[in-house]
Amino acid sequence: MKVIAEISRWAIPAFLLLVPVIAYLRKVKVYEVFVTGAEDGFWTAVKIIPYLVGMLVAIKIFVDSGAIEILAAGLKPLFNLLGLRHDLVQIIPLAIMRPLSGSGALGVATQVITEHGPDSFLGKLASTMQGSTDTTFFVLTVYFGSVGVKKYRYALKLGLLADLTGLIASIYIVSKIFG
Amino acid sequence: MVNAVWLFLLVTGIMTAAISGRIDIVTTSAMEAAKIGVETAIGLVGVMSLWLGLMRLAEAAGMVRALARVVQPFTRWLFPSVPKEHPALGAIILNISANILGLGNAATPFGLKAMEELQKLNAGKDEASEAMCTFLALNTSAITLIPATIIGVRVKAGSANPSEIIGTTIFATSCAMLVAITADFLFRRAGGTRR
Repeated sequence: MKVIAEISRWAIPAFLLLVPVIAYLRKVKVYEVFVTGAEDGFWTAVKIIPYLVGMLVAIKIFVDSGAIEILAAGLKPLFNLLGLRHDLVQIIPLAIMRPLSGSGALGVATQVITEHGPDSFLGKLASTMQGSTDTTFFVLTVYFGSVGVKKYRYALKLGLLADLTGLIASIYIVSKIFG
Repeated sequence: MVNAVWLFLLVTGIMTAAISGRIDIVTTSAMEAAKIGVETAIGLVGVMSLWLGLMRLAEAAGMVRALARVVQPFTRWLFPSVPKEHPALGAIILNISANILGLGNAATPFGLKAMEELQKLNAGKDEASEAMCTFLALNTSAITLIPATIIGVRVKAGSANPSEIIGTTIFATSCAMLVAITADFLFRRAGGTRR
């Protein structure tokens, strides 16, 4: 783990050093080419705005209205029906929030961890869930938005399927190892 | 599907606010979210410029192609529609590597560069290509070896062993990645569900 942390620390400085040096050795006009590439940064970012505004407005209304709690309450019987341990229902809001909002999910996870303790079953489960899945909606919105793709085809299904798998796998492995 | 989900989020959110007598929340949340959307995008300008500049340098030096050649054994079956040694493959690998190392700031510009390159190969310009779907399936399920943020939260909450969850996280994220890649393969073979 120490090794990986060190690689993470050195990756960006190494990239910043090696790319210009190697480019220079290969007779590239380094500064001029860098600036030409950097010019695209602004427009790429600006192109994302309509997509991001559309998606964030819908997500924020959904989250702030408390609809997640209602949805979570609706899912409780399903959890009981499946015969899962009953404290798992406390994790439903995090499971719904995770693909929608990165900051929202971190907030919910932090709350679960402080409330139940970081070394409790729920604390470990929330930590594992937070680390193992991504904010699918945000990623799709930004990535597709930057190239003007409006029709996502099966990409959203794939992303949500990955999130669901991450959730089930988290519950399974945390129950098995720490349960 | 994205249309249905978007409408669902809006309608259930507004209905919940209306029923619980807090309809004002809809207005403030909508305005605030619109502002956050612009701020997030503009906030990307700096890192985007930096990394896209470096990417252009790496491309001009032939490094992106060289990288694409190295990872070809993997990318050939993951992205059969992308010509070998295409710069998109180099950008995809840089994006996934940055994600694995937990370098979120560098990952997004690499990812958007990959999308730009994939879009050049895309026939239906406002529709996702198969390669894009595969890339995003990889991206959203990719492994972060050290989930630094959540470890930080655990340290703050006084955990006796904050990094204890690394193993379980890697297990869960590997399952997610495996399922995403398999499902992507099946979707691709079925010709994709168009919606």
